[in-house]
Amino acid sequence: MTLDDTLASLFPNGSKIATTGAMIAGQAILPDGGPVHVLGVTQGQPLGVDEAIVLAGRVIEIVKSGDRAPILVLVDSASQRMSKRDELLGLSEYLSHLAKSLLLAEAEGHRTVGLLYGGSAAGAFIATALATATLVALPGAHPAVMDLPSMARVTKLPIDVLKAKAEATPVFAPGLDNMMQTGGIHVVWNESAPLAPQLAAVLRRPQGQDDRARLGAERGGRRKAAEIADRVVTLAAAAHQGAQHG
Amino acid sequence: MEKLSFRLTAPRCAGGTRTQAIVGVVASGNLEVLLERASPADMCTIDIATAAHGFGAVWDAVVRDFVARRSAGGLRISINDGGARPDTVALRLAQGVRKIEEPER
Amino acid sequence: MTTAKADNVSLSWYEASARQRIDAFVDAGSFAELIGPELREMSPHLAIFDLPEQFDDGIVVGRGRLDGVPVLVAAQEGRFMGGAFGEVHGAKLTGLLRAARALHQDVLILFDTGGVRLQEANAGELAIAEIMRAVIEARRAGIHVLGLIGGRAGCYGGGSLIAGTCSRLIVSEQGRISVSGPEVIETNKGIEEFDSRDRALVWRTMGGKHRYLIGGADAFVDDEALAFRQAAIDALKTMRGCDVAVLEAEQKRLERRLQRFGEAADAVEIWQALGIDQPTGIPALPTAAFLRAASNRENADDAR
Repeated sequence: MTLDDTLASLFPNGSKIATTGAMIAGQAILPDGGPVHVLGVTQGQPLGVDEAIVLAGRVIEIVKSGDRAPILVLVDSASQRMSKRDELLGLSEYLSHLAKSLLLAEAEGHRTVGLLYGGSAAGAFIATALATATLVALPGAHPAVMDLPSMARVTKLPIDVLKAKAEATPVFAPGLDNMMQTGGIHVVWNESAPLAPQLAAVLRRPQGQDDRARLGAERGGRRKAAEIADRVVTLAAAAHQGAQHG
Repeated sequence: MEKLSFRLTAPRCAGGTRTQAIVGVVASGNLEVLLERASPADMCTIDIATAAHGFGAVWDAVVRDFVARRSAGGLRISINDGGARPDTVALRLAQGVRKIEEPER
Repeated sequence: MTTAKADNVSLSWYEASARQRIDAFVDAGSFAELIGPELREMSPHLAIFDLPEQFDDGIVVGRGRLDGVPVLVAAQEGRFMGGAFGEVHGAKLTGLLRAARALHQDVLILFDTGGVRLQEANAGELAIAEIMRAVIEARRAGIHVLGLIGGRAGCYGGGSLIAGTCSRLIVSEQGRISVSGPEVIETNKGIEEFDSRDRALVWRTMGGKHRYLIGGADAFVDDEALAFRQAAIDALKTMRGCDVAVLEAEQKRLERRLQRFGEAADAVEIWQALGIDQPTGIPALPTAAFLRAASNRENADDAR
């Protein structure tokens, strides 16, 4: 599906979305007549300081408008931009700032939905798609932390060995299925059906807690994370009680 | 990983009252040693998981020497090894006993 | 017994282990670990790669006191797997941040990390996202989440993104903060883009002094546990929260940085633009002289 096809299927009532370089931003109308903000990274481009600051600025403007309309973040990116300039200028702060602005928007009453329709990796994935309340994907999307050849180089394991290990566990190798099983992606949409009602269904989800670790446990890709995090909370509370009354 | 287990008679019981101690980290040429009071006072058990295969005889010599010379009775010792040399292993074991024997505050 | 004092001994933050850092940092005798090594909650994934495990999976989390005040503390062990975030490692920090919200206690994160642990990359990546979310939720509930950076492994990759969500950052000269590590940039973009063996280049591009000068960190301290401790005690007295005003201020701050320094080819050019007299002398300056030279630095104030 091209980006235009995707937008047409998402917003049959029309949209006004502009592309600037690798970034898109605009508004559309939901089937129920309400507005939805759209922004994102396209064309598999890397996310650097220049892109992150523009996207974050847009999100902060939306929050300040007070309209509480949903925000859809479309993602087809590479990884963070790997350059001396970006790191010199403090890329980590820019990517975090973008993630924080999306988390702020959610906390201030905007539904935030990520739609991964192409690639994304590492810092760019964390700062965009993974900073939304609900992340969905289209078939063919390909999230990664690092590609297998690079992983082979760093772990000093032959790529065939890595491929064989990737058959046994979803925990390290790139790909949509693995990110689904580990709980990072809520649902993969059916692209042969209209996307508008599928988006509407996601927007009807109750708002609230981070349920990715629980999904990862249910799907078998991340069996320990939810349990360990919960146990720390319980132990800390029990120790606190003990300290107060002991 | 290669797993090794030893259960040795210990001539001296570890002093102090701490229930556990941990020293070292798992890194190349290093190891971590976790000591717990979980054996009879005249016994010391040592369980090792090591990244370096085929050094069972060296481990045997190091841990027997340790139990003979230090106060290791009553201890259950668990080791994760990143391929440490015998002198590093001996040093960490000695540090571990010293730490579990430290007065509590 | 717990006193509101630290053990008064000199300890290099850079050289110390995670446990040594905690012992020297919090009030003497006040630390109690949660899910300690005796519970053997290790990574379930390293065995697939025949790699050794560590009983605490490379992170120590627990409760302690700082100058008499109850706090929650997490310390990464940079020597184990480069302090990288895996499933268990990350979940311990997520849990601690959620506990902070429930107990209304401030959190101190002693970073020492290369980023996501590749052997469990998907779990590590998701852990980073979950932690960032938990940090913001805690901050919005009025809790301070401080980041302390000065360890061997620095604060790279996803770790640097978590650091970017913290309310305050304390660095030493050794504290490197960067998303892509030097080797990663060189491997992907060539030695012309970044020569990872040029250590001076690494330090002046990613090191604590540069980060402090551009407003990427709030306090600069000696490589000493007690210096980190005192800076943390001071930082806990500053403004709290993470609302639209804070992020708007950060937006302005980061836009201004791009306007001021966006064309600079090297850190020395940025230091020159800051009005520093002898910018090439910055790396050699001891702390007191550096802090004097840094008086015109870009300040993050509460725009973080």
